[in-house]
Amino acid sequence: MSVELDVFVGNTTIMDEEVYQLWLDGYTVNDAVKVRMEGGVMDECEASKDVLLSDTMDQYRTFQMCERLLHSPAKLANQLLFQIPPHRQIMLIERYYAFDDTFVREVLGKKLSKGTKKDLDDISAKTSVTLKSCRRQFDNFKRVFKVVEELKGPLVENIRQHFLLSDKLARDYAAIVFFANNRFETGKRKLQYLSFQDFAFCAGQLISNWTVGAVDNMVEDMDVDLDKEFLQELKELKILITDKDLLDQHKSLVCTALRGKTKVFIEMEGSFKNLSRGLINIAANISLPLRLYPCRSDRWSAADMKLYLTHYTNSAHILDTFKHQVVWDRYMGVVKSCIFKMYHD
Amino acid sequence: MPGKLKAKIVAGRHLPVMDRASDLTDAFVEVKFGNTTFKTDVCPKSLNPQWNSEWFKFEVDDEDLQDEPLQITVLDHDTYSANDAIGKVYIDIDPLLYSEAASVISGWFPIYDTIHGIRGEINVIVKVELFNDLNRFRQSSCGVKFFCTTCIPQCYRATLVHGFVEELVVNEDPEYQWIDRIRTPRASNEARQRLISLMSGELQRKIGLKVLEMGGNAVVGYLQCFDLEGESGLVVRAIGTACTLDKLSSGSAPNTNTHMHPNTAPASNACNSPSKDGKEPVFVEDLPSSSGPPTPFRALPTSSSPPPFSPSKPCSRQSSSSDTDLSLTPKTEEPHSVRCRPGIFLCPSSPILSTDTLSLPGSGSVGCGRGSNPRATTSAPLSSIQSDSALLRKSVSFTEDLLLAASGMGSGGSAGKEAGPLRTLLRQQTQTALEQREFPFFTLTSFPPGFLLHVGGVVSARSVKLLDRIHNPDEPETRDAWWEEIRQEIKSHARALGCHAVVGYSESTSICEEVCILSASGTAAILNPRYMREGCLDIGCTDHRFEEPSPPNCGFCHIPYDELNMPFPAQLTYCYHCRRQKVPDVLFTTIDLPSEAAVAGKGCLIQARLCRLKKKAQGEANATAISNLLPFMEYELHTQLMNKLKLRSMNALFGLHIQISVGENMLLGLASATGVYLTALPAPGGIQIAGKTPGDLSSEHISSIQKRINDTIAVNKELYQINPPELAEEGVGSPIPEPRHRSRLFRSHSESSDELSELDLSHGKKDAFVLEIDDTDAVEDIHSLLIDAPPPTGFYSCNTENMPGISNWTSGVQMFTSVRVLRLSNANLTNQGLNKIFTDLCENLLKSFYFKLRSMIPCCLCHLNFTVAVPEEELIQVTVTAVAMTYDKEQTQEKTAEKPVNKGSLEAEEQLQFPLELCADSSSSNIQTASKISGVGESTNMSPRAASVDYGSFADRCSTWLELLRLKAHTIRRGSVKTSRRTQSLAHSVSSLERCSPLQEGRSRSLRSSRSFGGSSVTVVKMTPLSFLPGTRIIKYLGIINMFFIRETTSLREEGGVSGFLHSFIAEVFAMVRAHVAALGGNAVVSYSMKECVFMENPNKNQAQCLINVSGDAVICISETDQESSASTANTGQTGGSETDGAT
Repeated sequence: MSVELDVFVGNTTIMDEEVYQLWLDGYTVNDAVKVRMEGGVMDECEASKDVLLSDTMDQYRTFQMCERLLHSPAKLANQLLFQIPPHRQIMLIERYYAFDDTFVREVLGKKLSKGTKKDLDDISAKTSVTLKSCRRQFDNFKRVFKVVEELKGPLVENIRQHFLLSDKLARDYAAIVFFANNRFETGKRKLQYLSFQDFAFCAGQLISNWTVGAVDNMVEDMDVDLDKEFLQELKELKILITDKDLLDQHKSLVCTALRGKTKVFIEMEGSFKNLSRGLINIAANISLPLRLYPCRSDRWSAADMKLYLTHYTNSAHILDTFKHQVVWDRYMGVVKSCIFKMYHD
Repeated sequence: MPGKLKAKIVAGRHLPVMDRASDLTDAFVEVKFGNTTFKTDVCPKSLNPQWNSEWFKFEVDDEDLQDEPLQITVLDHDTYSANDAIGKVYIDIDPLLYSEAASVISGWFPIYDTIHGIRGEINVIVKVELFNDLNRFRQSSCGVKFFCTTCIPQCYRATLVHGFVEELVVNEDPEYQWIDRIRTPRASNEARQRLISLMSGELQRKIGLKVLEMGGNAVVGYLQCFDLEGESGLVVRAIGTACTLDKLSSGSAPNTNTHMHPNTAPASNACNSPSKDGKEPVFVEDLPSSSGPPTPFRALPTSSSPPPFSPSKPCSRQSSSSDTDLSLTPKTEEPHSVRCRPGIFLCPSSPILSTDTLSLPGSGSVGCGRGSNPRATTSAPLSSIQSDSALLRKSVSFTEDLLLAASGMGSGGSAGKEAGPLRTLLRQQTQTALEQREFPFFTLTSFPPGFLLHVGGVVSARSVKLLDRIHNPDEPETRDAWWEEIRQEIKSHARALGCHAVVGYSESTSICEEVCILSASGTAAILNPRYMREGCLDIGCTDHRFEEPSPPNCGFCHIPYDELNMPFPAQLTYCYHCRRQKVPDVLFTTIDLPSEAAVAGKGCLIQARLCRLKKKAQGEANATAISNLLPFMEYELHTQLMNKLKLRSMNALFGLHIQISVGENMLLGLASATGVYLTALPAPGGIQIAGKTPGDLSSEHISSIQKRINDTIAVNKELYQINPPELAEEGVGSPIPEPRHRSRLFRSHSESSDELSELDLSHGKKDAFVLEIDDTDAVEDIHSLLIDAPPPTGFYSCNTENMPGISNWTSGVQMFTSVRVLRLSNANLTNQGLNKIFTDLCENLLKSFYFKLRSMIPCCLCHLNFTVAVPEEELIQVTVTAVAMTYDKEQTQEKTAEKPVNKGSLEAEEQLQFPLELCADSSSSNIQTASKISGVGESTNMSPRAASVDYGSFADRCSTWLELLRLKAHTIRRGSVKTSRRTQSLAHSVSSLERCSPLQEGRSRSLRSSRSFGGSSVTVVKMTPLSFLPGTRIIKYLGIINMFFIRETTSLREEGGVSGFLHSFIAEVFAMVRAHVAALGGNAVVSYSMKECVFMENPNKNQAQCLINVSGDAVICISETDQESSASTANTGQTGGSETDGAT
């Protein structure tokens, strides 16, 4: 005696958020049933294991049927197959596109290619996110990437409208797309301590200040590609480290301003040249902005760093021979905020 | 050429990729009606094509308009090879054919393919221009409205209820034609879908014609079924109740709605009277005598006794029908013959059935003679009927008469016209209207107050037929004769119960190979003769409700039959309400609980389940084996029902539906009903276990079982809040002054009234229902009785329209369909083992529902409709459709208190349902002091002790106060709901259409046209098997939805196995129903049902096929609070349609 067929279909599609999460997390039906049993749902309605299994199967089937629609969320609103209340639709989409920070941290900056997809089982083992969930997340990244690649207009807005995501999630995806597109490496050992949110913030800064879109909001890829002219102009900043006079002048200005205001003044004074070289070199070779790391020092507090960078930026304006004020501001504004963000424990 | 059909193809969306190379599709559309086909241009390389076609116009007969569906085929253009079909949409244009329904069909329809399912959507606009056809010989019946709803539709008033209409059409099943061997599965499926669509159209048209002939304008309780007979053909049959309905203006009070006079067929009489007169002069002579009775009747204290024509005349008819019986089936002395007629209340003991006509008139007058009123007048009309009996043998003859009459009258069909001049004649004839009717059957299950006088009990008939013996399989005659035979039997059963009508009537079949079981069941009843006599025509003059001598809340329980000559053994007592008339100890019916009935506590679903193994056999031997099993199955189902009813401490069943399904090696029986405690009926005694063979079973064992049973009864009483208002008796004026004695006396059924001595003689003082344990089987049976788990807290269930004891619904509605198929692996199963498996299957399904719907608590599963089938040798399939509805827990108790106030009737005291303690002694002791507490206690459910004589007035005050509170709470809640909805729609731009508030819906629908090209959202369509949606009012019926789909797959595994396949198919069916309703401008489907769900699989070949037939009424409903805006919403709905038109 066995149940050959067992279905339950509601006019309004019944979805249990807990089961949805288990499905998204890649649990098998049996594992999901176990988790649910442990969660005590059985007591709620005098249910037995069979009931739970039947319910879980039904829900899994429903989600599988919905998955196709979730790939283009706009369809979910005007498809006819499932009658899902709008707030439910939003929940479904938001959760489907949600990702694990640990997972995204692994693929951030990597090319969203088949090669990377092959490595997913390693990532799965490393992050203890199930392979199924890894695949879904990876495919989501890839799908969003593919769609917005060809769209005009602001990146975040495009993602938000096309995938009906919340503003927060859309920004995160924008960051992922941005990193994937520019292939900024984030896997360096020194950067390990940084969370996805740190990177997302930086990406946001870069998008709003350094991309083509910051100048012109009607080009393709405006928020994904960095403004080439700007990058060219950045090279001119080299003068700050190549011109000996300028460097000294800059240093004295900064030191005058900083003197007596910080405990690590001596160190700041000593490392000025290195720091300045580091910062300017990044500008010259922008592909790896996250080399900003040299600024990090165990002994500097966040306040110290802030103080230093503020004066470092401002002093440059006073330099008579330094003509690239606009570029300097555009550059340092972003660098400053990124460093502040990254300068945490 | 009386009609012009116009169709316009606007756009498509979400089309599938048909060209792998480009990942795109070059779609075009063929629009076909009848033999005419139009094509749109090809819209190249697009998955969201915009055709914006011209209006395709079809000039057709209205006959074709009724029969044919509009067929839209979406194809992918291919330059080099044949064009690939993407899918089809069939649009039934019937709703456009009557003025009050939809004016345009416009919207997105899923494009359906029988192999691939839904593949994208297409936006279509369809209109019909009808030219008035005055040809009285027309074959079409445009304008007759159809309703699946089994009560008078909400926004209508029934001026006349004409009665039973039926029709049956037969065709060869395309699946069994020779051509099927060479055509693709898709072509075969489509041929079948199209054929069934055509046949349903034809059937509906033919029924419509009959209705017009009878002078009606609508069919209510329309029930259409398919019989897939296999080789011998495909049968589509339908039954319904013909009515003349008047639309109520939306502003009018709903009260007028309920007070209708569904009187019987005066119009049809008017039609056929000329011809009838010619044939039967006796009839005319009778007229004075039949119009005489009113005066003596009104003098009667209780009108419960049947009108003149009740028991004597039936018998005259019965004799004729039993003749028919003889000719068609071997008749034996026992009621259990090939055609078993055990019905529940039926069990017609053979003496009664075989009684000669002559002996009956006498018994008839005795039967209703309690009022000591001379009934001599009745004999005259009867003789006329008797002479009529020859006519009855031919089912056709009656309708032929009508046809002749109608055309002779010269007016095509409106009842109104005929009513005027013929009024007097009419009135005189209406009394015997029911008698004249061939089948006084009503498919309705709920009736306006006062319509139903008495209910006799369930009548049912089954018959086993061999399909390969049909002489002329392509012609309907044989099947017509089969059904005729069954109906005659039903009628004679009703007669035996002293009833002249059958209500809640339905028919069904179960087919396995060449064997077919035909079943019919209904509830024998007596309808109000006054309504028949005077009817609607006098509606303005007198309000019959005030003259109603029989108390509405118990009258229907009073026995219609003769207590001295009862058709079956039953214990009779005086009604616990009025104490004037006899009532049975239990009452089984197929109808819904009358709204006015006095009930204690809540109702619950009661099911009896049974499996019987049967040897595999062929042909006649098989049929005989089945016939022999049927009576035993009915008997056992009946016993189970009775036991379970007692176990729940209830005394009546409503909505009883017994299904017997036949498979190759077994028979399945499933009886579902809603149990309820009617306060008019005696309290059920407990169940007593008696061991017959003490040697086998120790007395301890028996006593332990007894204890378990007693405990269960006690738990159930608590669970269903059954606290019968024993003290209410006081108000009635019982002759016994001492309450202490009274309660005891009641229980023992010994009445002090003088007339009753014979009753006491015939029935002993049986308190408890005795179950004898004589073998191990009996022990098993008792165990299985106790298996049924009560629903978890917060849940109630019923299979009727109304849940007894709950009426304060909130807006949460979830309709669902669930299918489960069980494979029996063990070949050596016993009956007992099978029973257990089957019972577990049903119980587990219920448990699953409770679990899945737990977020809706407190909630009630209503209209639980179980269907069982044996699709293959070792498979059992159970299909369930039901609706879960949320209700307000707090108000439940108050409601009962309000009821009498609202009614303002004399029975106020009787209707009060105090949760009194059962122990009468304690209650009687504080009778004087408790009056104040009682009112309060009631609302808080504190189980007060008692009440005094004046509690009624106190309760009045109390409940109005409570009502005020309730109203306040109500408005507050509504307010908050609205705001939250608004914020929601603001927050998410996904859809402004989160509805429930149909006002919003109306608005959004009018916006639809402008948005339809963009990514607009979809109208929410609610579905329910009930005739209403809680918290809303139906303002418009848009037409009947009757759809048939086939889905087949050759890649079962890839589609997620059988469950995945069926899951998506059911979801697709829902989607298509919703899309059609939305295109009609509706926002809900009421009286929805899944008539058929035939599933076949062949896992080895990776194949499966499923057929589903669904039906319902498409409606526009609006929130009850927005009544004033109803009219405007309706207008919006219409203008919405025309805007769409204009926009495109």
